[in-house]
Formats: sequence, structure tokens, C-alpha cells
Amino acid sequence: MDNSSITSVTGTMIPLRGDDIDTDRIIPARYLRCVTFDGLGEHAFEDDKAQDPGHAFNDARYRQASILIAAKNFGCGSSREHAPQALNKWGINAVVGQSFAEIFFANCQAMGVPCITVDRDSGERLFAIVESDPAAECRIDIASASIGIGDQTIAGTIPDGAKRSLLEGTWNATAVLLESVKEIDAVAGRIPYLNNFAA
Amino acid sequence: MGKTLLDKVWESHAVRELPSGQTQLFIGLHLIHEVTSPQAFAMLRDLKLPVKYPHRTFATIDHIVPTESQARPFRDSLAETMTQSLTDSCREFNIEFFDLRSGQQGIVHVIGPEKGLTQPGMTIACGDSHTSTHGAFGTIAFGIGTSQIRDVLASQCLAISKPKIRKIDVTGTLSRGVYAKDVILSIIHKLGVMGGIGYAYEYAGPVIEAMTMEERLTICNMSIEGGARCGYINPDDTTFAYLDNRQYAPKNGAFDRARSYWSGAASDPDASYDDVVTLNGNDIEPMVTWGINPGQSVPVNGCIPDPESVAPDERDSVAEAMAFMSFEAGRPMKGTPINVAFIGSCTNGRISDLRAAAAIAKGGKVAKHVKALVVPGSMDVARQAKEEGLDEVFREAGFQWRAAGCSMCLAMNPDKLQGREVCASSSNRNFKGRQGSPTGRTLLMSPSMAAAAAIAGEVVDVRDMLNPA
Repeated sequence: MDNSSITSVTGTMIPLRGDDIDTDRIIPARYLRCVTFDGLGEHAFEDDKAQDPGHAFNDARYRQASILIAAKNFGCGSSREHAPQALNKWGINAVVGQSFAEIFFANCQAMGVPCITVDRDSGERLFAIVESDPAAECRIDIASASIGIGDQTIAGTIPDGAKRSLLEGTWNATAVLLESVKEIDAVAGRIPYLNNFAA
Repeated sequence: MGKTLLDKVWESHAVRELPSGQTQLFIGLHLIHEVTSPQAFAMLRDLKLPVKYPHRTFATIDHIVPTESQARPFRDSLAETMTQSLTDSCREFNIEFFDLRSGQQGIVHVIGPEKGLTQPGMTIACGDSHTSTHGAFGTIAFGIGTSQIRDVLASQCLAISKPKIRKIDVTGTLSRGVYAKDVILSIIHKLGVMGGIGYAYEYAGPVIEAMTMEERLTICNMSIEGGARCGYINPDDTTFAYLDNRQYAPKNGAFDRARSYWSGAASDPDASYDDVVTLNGNDIEPMVTWGINPGQSVPVNGCIPDPESVAPDERDSVAEAMAFMSFEAGRPMKGTPINVAFIGSCTNGRISDLRAAAAIAKGGKVAKHVKALVVPGSMDVARQAKEEGLDEVFREAGFQWRAAGCSMCLAMNPDKLQGREVCASSSNRNFKGRQGSPTGRTLLMSPSMAAAAAIAGEVVDVRDMLNPA
């Protein structure tokens, strides 16, 4: 099972301005008619790209990026893991945003794609940096949740539970959940609705 | 200090604290459908793991089923492959599957409650964001992605952090022509589409307590549209009466014992909350969305906003929405022409929704330029509607009566908008491209308002079409 410790993510960035970008926009529903996640990368933001020639995902300068800079409430809407899978297959290994929709965050976490939250000013600074220098190299340090670009360091946050799972290599939770089979069965044994509400 | 329902359910289902600090939470009921589970079963096969509690997972198909003809094989070969994949996985892992042949198929969030699977005090997960729906019964229910479906199949557990809790009190009483949909759209408008991030919502107060179970399902369904991964309503006599005699509900002596467990799950009167918000139900009017997220709404007699006159931090969002919708700033919402009306979905595809819409449709005629669809949320809802003659009411009025499924809510089946069409929709999302045309436009509203719009050919105030009480 893929479950290595993730201590940092490095690479160039791609800026995606706009609040409330939902998962229908990240991957339109017609591409959910599938039984694997293969090939989703090429359809990331397909409709937005068609309607906006200036969309960052149309811009060749960002094609090699591995860190997505987003705004507020990124990934809201549908729970489709196809959305972070599409971004990941496109090349994204971490997302920095001003806030994240919870299911999207949980899906990224379960895939080992860190989501780092920054305040509004830092988010705007990141947009400005990457828009003026698309080749700027960025290094995200997970333990400190900081984003380093050149000699600048921008502070971010990662919730403790998510951070520790990334560092310890337990972000793919199946194995760790199965470590406590006895305890799972004990809980099942005392939940009334699983035991016909026995008196 | 008392406890909330969230506290109690969390405690009783916590297996342990994980090394990461998150909770290992036992999931009492797991629901799956054809879109988000195939990859999870594939992961399980790769890991050579069994499903730990196969009798606690139930499956159906809803997103991709065509609603005109449900004959197999489906014309869409991809839909057929997905259906076959779920069929095979359910057989391999011994999971009960409410498929088309069972006569019990429907939208996953419609059939859970109607079969009595959804019960107070449970934890529920499903690979679908509208799993929050089940909170109407006093459950902690949330949407998960595919990797987490794998976790639940393998261990019946999730690694998750406990949310904060916000109580939303809706006081007063609703006026005639104002529905649960209008209440939840008003809540989302007030708190915003990201206001609920990090929170579970507890809906309370006289307006919520007076609601039927189906109305409560509509409320909790759209919790996620306000950013809250789960939302719930404390169980009460309305909840227990609904569950009595349902297929999977406890029977006889067990029902009485269950009732006392269920009552005990409700929040204590002296429970403490991280936040409390109050809305006056007397002030709520029929709501319509004008933009590209469910918070962008106005009362039907209101006007589409002007990007220049909104708060600075909303200006970009409003401008983006206005550019996409091509509406004129400051124009009244009422009178906006529509091309399509859609009545259905996990938000508003239940029998009471169809009854309310049929009451408006009866004796009327769908406007010539409008295509109108009525899609029952489940085969059971369809049967009940037919028994009551609602299908005939709709057909006579010029609506198309379809078979159960998600239909035009989300563009994964043949029911889609074309081009720039504007749809009066009883569904839950007005995102760009949501209804199948990348440039299609969605106006969210109650089923009664959607039926009224179908007949008028434009957005109207349904209260003008209701007979005096």
C-alpha cells in the first residue's frame, strides 16, 4: 500500500484565482462515467478552459507546475475523489489555498496530497509571485507548514491530525484502522442498533 | 454540562484516538452507489482485503440510470459498465443491492430513509456529498470520497476529526407557499457557502420541529451547500412515527427499546454550542438563486444584485456569476424566462414534493417553450405517486413523467440542459455546467415554485397560484 512519509513538496506553482471553485468545475460529471481514475488528468477544468482562454490550465508556462495556489472554499460541492485525482494526474502534488471544502480536503489527505491553508494576504502574495514569475521554485515544508520561495517564507497551517498522518506516513488510513480489529468489534458489540436493541 | 447529539453519537462510535490525534470512528451504516465505489472495490481487491461488515453496507444505482427507458443494457455503454461493475462487486462481497430488478431502486438518499435503514443515533457514510440528508433522523452522516469508501469497506471505520457544532434556530412559523427548500436556501444565503466549514449544523426551533420528516430531509440535504459536511435535527415523535413499520426499522419489542435509545440521543437542553444563529421563520419568502452557487439567492420578489453595490469581498464572485448568467444587474428576479423545469433529486424528489408540485400543475398547462420533467426519487415514490394519480396530473399538464434516478440534477445520464438553457430546478446545485451543458444556467427553487415556473414559462411567485386557504 502506498503510504510513505511526506515531509515536503517541491516544484513550480500554478495560480487559480476565484473563490468557491467546485468539484464539478475541476472535473465535469460526464467524466465520472468510469470505473477507474485513469485518464482524468487531461479533463481537469475542461469546461472552464474552453470558456476562458486565459485560464491558468491553458497557459503553457504553468504546465510543469506541481503546486496549485487556490483561493477560498476550494473544492466545494460534490464528494467526487475524481476531482483531486484529476488534479494529481495532471501533475499537482500539493494545494495551497485560503480555505478548503472539507470533503475535498479529506480526499486529498487520503491520497497523500497535502492541503496547506494560508491567510488572505499570504494567498494574494503567492498569486502575485507566481503570476510574475511562473518558473519560481517553491518548497513546502510539512512539519512547519511553511512555503518557501527564494529567500521568502510564507507561513501556512495544516491541521494537526492531517499533518501527523502525512509525516508518519499514515495518510492512507486503511492499515492503521485495521490495527484495532478487536476494538472495532467491541464497539460493534455494544452499539444498540447492531444488536437488535437488546435490553 | 449537557451534551449535543453530536457529542453522544461521536462518543458511542469512537473506537480509539489515532496516533495522528484524529478519531477512529465506527460507521454504523454505509451506503454506496455506482459512481464513487468501483475504484474502492478495486483498491480492496489489490489489498486482498474482505469487506469487514458486509451486512452494514447497502447499494443502489442512481446517478447514471436513464429515466426514459431503464431497459438493460443501457444505451450508454459506460453507464452499463458501471452498473455491471457494482453488480459484480455486490455479489463478490455479499452486499445487498437495490438494483432496478429489485423494484426498490432509487436515489441513495431517498431509499435509506424510506426503507427505515436510516435511524437516529447512527453514524452514516456514503460516497456522496448529500449524505448529510440522513441527519434529518438525528444521525451524524457525511459524504466521503473513494479512498474513504475503501476504509469503511475494509474496517467499517473512518479516520476523522470531530467538527465544531453550530445550532441554527428557526423561530416563528412559515407562511403559506413557503417550504423547507426556502428555509435552507435562506440559511445558506445568511451564513454563506463556506460558513459551515469545520462545523456540524444542528437545525432547531419551532419551524424545524413542526416539519415532517420529508421536509427535514430537504433541510439537512443542503447542509453541504452551506459548507457543513453534516447537519442534523434532534429525533422526536415525528421521527419515531415515520420509522414505525419501515422495512429495516426494529419491530415490536425492539421498536420500543429503540425508541428510548433514539430519544436519549437527542441534544440535552443544557448542551453547549460553539455558535448559535437565529433566523425568524416569519420573514422567510420563496427563494430563487440567480448565480452560480447556492448562496446566491433572493426572495422571489427581490432583485438580482448589482456587483457594484455588494460588499467588496463579494464583488468578484458576484461579477463572475453575473457574467456567466448574463442577467441584468438590478432587474427583478420575477419574470426571468425559463426553458426547462426539473422536479426531482435527493433534495426534492419525495412524495410530498411531488404532491406539492402536482397541486400547482393540476389543471394548468406547461408553457409552450418549456420542457418540464418530473422524476420521482425512488421506485417507491413512483408507485405511491401513481396510486394517487399524480403521474396523470403531471402528464395532463404537459410534464414528462420519468422513472426514478438523479436525472437532471447532475448530468451523468441523458437528462441534460442544452446550450444556454435556463432551468427552474428543485435540485441542490446551480454550479456552472452542473446540469449537463457547460454553459447551461440553473435557478434553484422549491418544487412548487418550479412547477409554477413551468406553467408560467418564467419565474413567478407560487403564492399567487395557491388557492386561498
